[in-house]
Amino acid sequence: MSFPKHLASSTGSAVAIAALVFAAGTWVLPPWLAFLLTLAFAKGLVVLGVVIQMRAGLVSFGQALFYCIGGYIVGLASQSLGISDAFALLALATGAGILMALACGWLLTRYREIFFAMLTLALSMILYGALVKSSALGSTDGFNVAAPSFLGWTPQGDAQKQALYLLSVAVAAAVAIGIHRFMVSSLGRVIEAVRENELRVEYLGLSPRAVLFSNYVVAAGISALGGGLTALASGHIDPDMAVWTTSGEFVFIAILGGTGHVFAPFIGAIVFSVIRTFAIQEAPHFWQMTLGVVLLALILFLPKGLWSLIARDKPAEVAT
Amino acid sequence: MSAILETRGLTRTFGAVVAAMNLNVRIDQGEIVGVIGSNGAGKTTFINMVTGYLPPSSGEILFDGHSVLGRQPRAITRLGMVRSFQVAQLFPKLTVLENALVSLVAAEGPRPSFLCPLDTPQRRAKADAIFAEFGVSRYRDVLVSAVPQGARKLVDIAMALVSQPRMLLLDEPTSGVSIEEKFALMDTVMAVVRRHGVTILFVEHDMEIVARYVTRLMAFYSGEIIADGPPKSVLGDARVQELVIGHHLDINALGVAA
Repeated sequence: MSFPKHLASSTGSAVAIAALVFAAGTWVLPPWLAFLLTLAFAKGLVVLGVVIQMRAGLVSFGQALFYCIGGYIVGLASQSLGISDAFALLALATGAGILMALACGWLLTRYREIFFAMLTLALSMILYGALVKSSALGSTDGFNVAAPSFLGWTPQGDAQKQALYLLSVAVAAAVAIGIHRFMVSSLGRVIEAVRENELRVEYLGLSPRAVLFSNYVVAAGISALGGGLTALASGHIDPDMAVWTTSGEFVFIAILGGTGHVFAPFIGAIVFSVIRTFAIQEAPHFWQMTLGVVLLALILFLPKGLWSLIARDKPAEVAT
Repeated sequence: MSAILETRGLTRTFGAVVAAMNLNVRIDQGEIVGVIGSNGAGKTTFINMVTGYLPPSSGEILFDGHSVLGRQPRAITRLGMVRSFQVAQLFPKLTVLENALVSLVAAEGPRPSFLCPLDTPQRRAKADAIFAEFGVSRYRDVLVSAVPQGARKLVDIAMALVSQPRMLLLDEPTSGVSIEEKFALMDTVMAVVRRHGVTILFVEHDMEIVARYVTRLMAFYSGEIIADGPPKSVLGDARVQELVIGHHLDINALGVAA
């Protein structure tokens, strides 16, 4: 799962190029595709949160907790506090996700494997249950989120959609670069070491729990950011954002994309969104089955995800 | 000589089983102490207690004059007492270089940076120097899971020494290593340890290894130390031969260190 050196050094420029290509697409892409990509980038952020925890050997089946918090914070801040600036709203969403993670992290970092997975799921379902019961927040219907402004500029109609698309490209690119740096940083690599052998990490003088805690908080922050972006782009939030099948979808996309690179979750999210769109269009009653077949095929033929089509780890050989 | 490690009345029981009974050990700086004893004699329990892995039932542990009782293994590591394990504890899916880089960054401080890269030319150079010292340079870019047992043991010990500790505890450094490799491994380790002036305590089953490398030997038997002194006298002790070694030993044939 270590990065090939040549990829590590060129990731920054690769992200920049990809971001520019997608940004150029603003005036070329059909509106439905631009909208699909906007949501896919937002979703990719949440999946990236799942992926960086997979690097620590932990599978979060409750990442929707932070996705939902991000979404609701954007909705509430916009509706109740009258904040309309997209950047301020996203900052609030991220901050709220981080705060929540600081509280939950103390409990969760005590657990591993299935216990961690189930606890993350339980926490997200508590939020779901609470939201469903709160009539002030629209219970199961949720509520609509007003279109945001951008540093004082409030676009209308098509310009609004284009601005949101560009925002999602910019945010995804910035996070991808940041997380890539995080993944190759000292702490980021120690996370892999914790996955491999906690005992050794402890005897090297580091606290495995502290390492996992930092990672959990980072994952929560970007997942909440993705949730906030989704709320802005779709203009609507509801408790289904926190339901466990939503978390399952993020895990699905993480497996689809692979965990080898920061690009992988975004590729996974785009491919997932495209497959789902066409599956619903072509066979509306069987779209879940279509996704199931895709997942099955993937596990059989590409266990390391779509990213393994792009980069394959060369097996190391003993130099003689 | 000043004591680097001292235990007073160290006792550990597991239910009715006494794994360590009133152990009073004093190890001075620069000593090379061997520990022998049959399975269940309390050797690993002793290492586990002094490194903070296992809390003693009673007693006191002093490292460099400070009590380390109740401290986490990571805190004890930071004080300068490190250990290796009977089964090499490494990061199997990382390369040998990556294993070393993680050890190097851990030695730099308890909070690794989340922005600065792990892999820097400075750390690589340090890692390469360590690999050269231990003779494992050829495995540098190999996944640990593909490294042969003997070299894996060396990497394990190298990682423990990265932080330039003052004391190293080795739990059966040559277990799982072929007879041909054993002496080469110990020669390498001892040369490094002497160069850096590290005090060492190691558990060992192989009497030839013990006889050749230690300056002092302790024999454990059912949680107690039944003999402690120069290897020659301990290995020649009738009780040690009966209870620990299990047969008569010709100590002259072993070539005991002076």
